[in-house]
Amino acid sequence: MIINHPLLGPRDSAEFTYLGDASLLNRPDPDTATPKDWHDYAYLRDNPAGLHRELWFHEGGDRSWLVVTRNTVTHEITKVELARDVARGLASDVAGMGTKRSGG
Amino acid sequence: MRYSGFKVIKEALTGHKGWRPAWRDPEPQSHYDIVIIGGGGHGLATAHYLAKIFGQKRIAVLEKGWIGGGNVGRNTTIIRSNYLLDGNEPFYEFSLKLWEGLEQDLNYNAMVSQRGIMNLIHSDAQRDAYIRRGNAMILNGADAEYMDADQIRKEYPFLNFDDARFPIKGGLAQRRGGTVRHDAVAWGYARSADSHGVDILQNCEVTGFRIENGKCLGVETSRGFIGAGRVGCAVAGSSGRLMSKAGMRLPIESHVLQAFVSEGLKPILPGVITFGAGHFYVSQSDKGGLVFGGDIDGYNSYAQRGNLPVVEDVCEGGMALMPMIGRARLLRMWGGIMDMSMDGSPIIDRTHIDGLYFNGGWCYGGFKATPASGYAFAHLLARDIPHPTATAYRFDRFETGHMIDEKGMGNQPNLH
Repeated sequence: MIINHPLLGPRDSAEFTYLGDASLLNRPDPDTATPKDWHDYAYLRDNPAGLHRELWFHEGGDRSWLVVTRNTVTHEITKVELARDVARGLASDVAGMGTKRSGG
Repeated sequence: MRYSGFKVIKEALTGHKGWRPAWRDPEPQSHYDIVIIGGGGHGLATAHYLAKIFGQKRIAVLEKGWIGGGNVGRNTTIIRSNYLLDGNEPFYEFSLKLWEGLEQDLNYNAMVSQRGIMNLIHSDAQRDAYIRRGNAMILNGADAEYMDADQIRKEYPFLNFDDARFPIKGGLAQRRGGTVRHDAVAWGYARSADSHGVDILQNCEVTGFRIENGKCLGVETSRGFIGAGRVGCAVAGSSGRLMSKAGMRLPIESHVLQAFVSEGLKPILPGVITFGAGHFYVSQSDKGGLVFGGDIDGYNSYAQRGNLPVVEDVCEGGMALMPMIGRARLLRMWGGIMDMSMDGSPIIDRTHIDGLYFNGGWCYGGFKATPASGYAFAHLLARDIPHPTATAYRFDRFETGHMIDEKGMGNQPNLH
């Protein structure tokens, strides 16, 4: 698989390590989360057959975290974003600022 | 029809006109006491034990394709019970004991071959860990044997003992481990289940569950609605896909694992060898092909094929361990989809929906578990209590902190 890095261009997926579902960016609020919230966050997955947003780490490159949208049935990659931008978008959504950014 | 040597000779002398299909092809009935989703090894084994051991009637196995066309036909056929933890080892030892009596139980030649399995050791720390594991196995009634490098050299003289990075210092052997003809496992269980009245419904895909007031009443299928008193799901690899139809999220990710077969060779490899440090394991099939594999690819996948970096990694492992493998040509390679669970161990449990039961999360170790998985799942479906060897395989272990994490990797499925 070739991952089209937003900053570096097309890179071999072997340069990356894989973490999992990008929902891991939505960490529960430690002040209000219940044990069940933490369980669901840490252990349960949608695990879809089809489009999947997932976290890849460019370990053999610029050490950036990416959110890759990939089809788990065909391995086709349709979108690659910097996880930083996605996380900032999530944070601004939570703050109600509505300035969601989307990276390359 | 019982199979026997006498029957083979009789048919040979009478033009092979007496053979009959090994199982029926029935039409679905409108209601069954127990419906099992998934006509793979685990589903068919469940049906066999439900009917034969637990005396249940009116059972159906639903398979979206053909039986034996999924992971039971895509694995590397190894059986063993060399686990460390209390939640696992009694279960896998129970499974190995069932393998030992399987062919008599099924009246079917599954080519169970206890040719032994050897885990290689390369360092003092690994030796300590494997001796601890061997002791845990022995405490649970399994067999385990520590071997030093000289003993291994007598059995496997062709291994690369003096590799600079991973010199072979010893091994943990389990002589009762080995291989089984995997297709025959599906066929043998199917034939036996069918002979006890189980309806095996092929080309019957489950498209949804009918759930009312928290109770599962049956399944919607490509061949119409089928009512059921209890529904058992045994579709490891596709568990996420199936259980999402019941609105469930699972502690499981689906990953692809690749396997490889070389051209047929004369007998050179007496048993199964695992080279964990090099991400490689190998055995030789009865047809002569070297059957080998390594790690999962490491990303979510439902595609039954993997990518080239892992092919390279596996072949490098093979070359490091037994350089002569470089003279063999690769004949076939394929991928199977694994239910990779959050602690590397399986789940056999009720769900929060009445009448809906789940069996999955087998990671890359489902084949060896087939008999005990079927037996334990049948026990749960028939009696509504878990089998004594499967009490730890609960959904809620991630909430209560009772994970069964052989490798100590945490909730990172691609590292188990």
